[in-house]
Amino acid sequence: MALKHVNAVVVGSGAGGGVVAKELSDAGLSVALLERGDWVSFETHGQDELINQRTTVLGNAYGPDDRSPRVVENARGGWDIVMPNEGGYSNNAACVGSGTVSYGAMAWRYMEKDFRMRSTYGAPEGSTLEDWPISYADLEPFYEKAEWEVGVSGDMSANPFTPPRRRPYPMPAFPYNREGVILEAAARRLGLHPFPIPMLRNSAPYGGRNACVHNRYCCGFACPNNAKNGTWNTVIPRALATGNCALRTHSIASEVVVDDRGRARGVRYFDADGRAQYQTADLVVASGGAIETARLLLNSKSRLFPNGAGNRYDWVGRNLQGHAYCGADGLFEEETFDDVGPGATIAVSDFNHGNPGVRGGAALCNEFIRPPYGFSGMRPPGSPAWGKAHKDYQRRFFKRSVAVRCPVQEMPVFDARIQIDPGVRDSWGIPVARLSGERHPHDIEIGRVIAARAEDWLREAGAAFTWQNLPGRGLSGGQHQAGTCRMGSDPRTSVANKFGQVHDIDNLFIADASLHVTNGGFNPVLTIMALGFWVGSHISEGWKAGGFR
Amino acid sequence: MAGNDNRVGADAVKNGDPAPAGRTALSRRAVLKLGMVGIIGAAVGAGSTAAFARLVRTARPRYRFFSEAEAGLLIDICEQIIPRDDVPGATDTGAINYIDRQLCGALRRHRQAYRRGLESFRRTCLQEYRMPFQDLPAPGKIEALRAIEAGRAPGALWGGPSAQEFFNLVLAHTMQSFYGSPRHGGNRDYASYRMLGLDYPQVVGQNRYRKA
Repeated sequence: MALKHVNAVVVGSGAGGGVVAKELSDAGLSVALLERGDWVSFETHGQDELINQRTTVLGNAYGPDDRSPRVVENARGGWDIVMPNEGGYSNNAACVGSGTVSYGAMAWRYMEKDFRMRSTYGAPEGSTLEDWPISYADLEPFYEKAEWEVGVSGDMSANPFTPPRRRPYPMPAFPYNREGVILEAAARRLGLHPFPIPMLRNSAPYGGRNACVHNRYCCGFACPNNAKNGTWNTVIPRALATGNCALRTHSIASEVVVDDRGRARGVRYFDADGRAQYQTADLVVASGGAIETARLLLNSKSRLFPNGAGNRYDWVGRNLQGHAYCGADGLFEEETFDDVGPGATIAVSDFNHGNPGVRGGAALCNEFIRPPYGFSGMRPPGSPAWGKAHKDYQRRFFKRSVAVRCPVQEMPVFDARIQIDPGVRDSWGIPVARLSGERHPHDIEIGRVIAARAEDWLREAGAAFTWQNLPGRGLSGGQHQAGTCRMGSDPRTSVANKFGQVHDIDNLFIADASLHVTNGGFNPVLTIMALGFWVGSHISEGWKAGGFR
Repeated sequence: MAGNDNRVGADAVKNGDPAPAGRTALSRRAVLKLGMVGIIGAAVGAGSTAAFARLVRTARPRYRFFSEAEAGLLIDICEQIIPRDDVPGATDTGAINYIDRQLCGALRRHRQAYRRGLESFRRTCLQEYRMPFQDLPAPGKIEALRAIEAGRAPGALWGGPSAQEFFNLVLAHTMQSFYGSPRHGGNRDYASYRMLGLDYPQVVGQNRYRKA
């Protein structure tokens, strides 16, 4: 039986798709929101150190499962089939809300220069570094919407590098934990400008949800207290409450159908019972994340787009990026652990730009609480990995270590990419994504500069012993995956225009980190949400003017 | 420091049996079965040793995946990775239970690596040291394991996994067992959390043990 036609079908209910679904529902469009995963809750896996978003040794707590493999290029140039909880898969999540259920919830706005990387620094050889077609000023009102509609706690008054804002955060910043107190004084002695990390968590009751109770394990876990704000507990319930939005879980999209006039007609998917369905719509929004959105477009072949929707110039799936994380660790004589979760409280933005000799940089943030198993692998180079000495180290330093982590902005690389694997299919028979390529060497240079700053900070804070962590050349992506359907004004060097509208397919939009031209020196989620509001607002205006029908 | 906590030390003594707890639990089960046989045997007047022997033979195997010999060797390897000192180590806290159980679940894909790796390991010890790993003196065990960790092992005996791959697998799984949630079969009595001084569960006032 044919499904009832809807105005919009949105594929993916993460940071981008959840927001778009709500914006379109508010504007009066009928919306089908397809999510390949299910609702998840804290109760399923609790605060299990071995099944969560950060440690997946016993599986993915937030999906997907082994029915969704990928193929990844190995070091010998061959191809490995990789399961979702294995390294290299570049997983985000597959559940209602996607990564916003279990994330660390840092709520960064990118800085003005992050939107103008090419004109600020020039592209290094071998990079497709480019400016965004929109500026920070264009996106500012939509950052504000994200902060208020989803809910952010923060205070940027101590950060002179923060871009201008019209409205303060809706909730006050979180206080520093013990690590934060130690690091704040040290940063000031170094002449830096420390400030509390803005968080998509409630420092006070907000939007009918509770205030944070500072669980030890927050980053990587669902919140037992509903104090962490994702799309699943904010905008998606609001979309459903309009009566205009139908959320369909366990729905695996396989193809955007594009007709011979270059118009999207709807989405083919497999429903919870594995039955093939075809949801026709006036417009389609792809919000599956940088890897799955690229896969969906590449799998959507039509007469006008034989290599995939929007892929006339071979840009779909290109420029996969994430963050080249680097940082430093320090060991202290006194206890630094106070068990006040989630642990990451303090940052400096002094090194996001203006680092001599390198392009861009990163925010420096103290790390979330390290669970005992995770800590068992955090050692200075050359330390014993086992035996009595290893156990003694755990005992002595578990509560006496501070880590600083820095999401280094990457230089996009054309050959870091998603393709469709010619042979491997998932459990629904859909050809899977194939990942290949590597990071730009300049990322490593930036990493060295930033890791040295992180180490300086820990030394000044009184660490008795410190060491650096540097990024490798391996392909990036992961939870911060971005860039595979970049926005731009030239259809020959981008996939979508500045409104996320796929070039030459006027009623096919993208609303996720695929659009990011560059990925900032910050965790990307607030920018993805802001883009969701930006794209959603453009669609709504077009719809009200009679478009897309 | 955790090591100075008397309670932890006392528990370690209480758990002083060098046999893994799985073994203890099983022998308890075997005793129960034997007891029942005795009762039934007395009732029917046929309590022969042959019936006893048959029942012991058909008793449920102790491990889901490993043979007795494999488990014995792996227990000894894990104990070198996290040795008992004044707090419990890998053996006391059930590393073998964790690995055995997960090899029938989430870690199923590593079954062949364990089966073949343990055999390679066993043969390596016999060839290099002329005795089983378990019979080596304590420092000898550590040396033997260091050689495996560094890949200094007769290549002919390691057709896959390599010595290093096998070592890294056991290392990761032993750490998971000891530092992960007890619900997966290891970390018995929250031993590692006690050692580190961590509340578990995290709800104030609900902790089930005295922290270090």
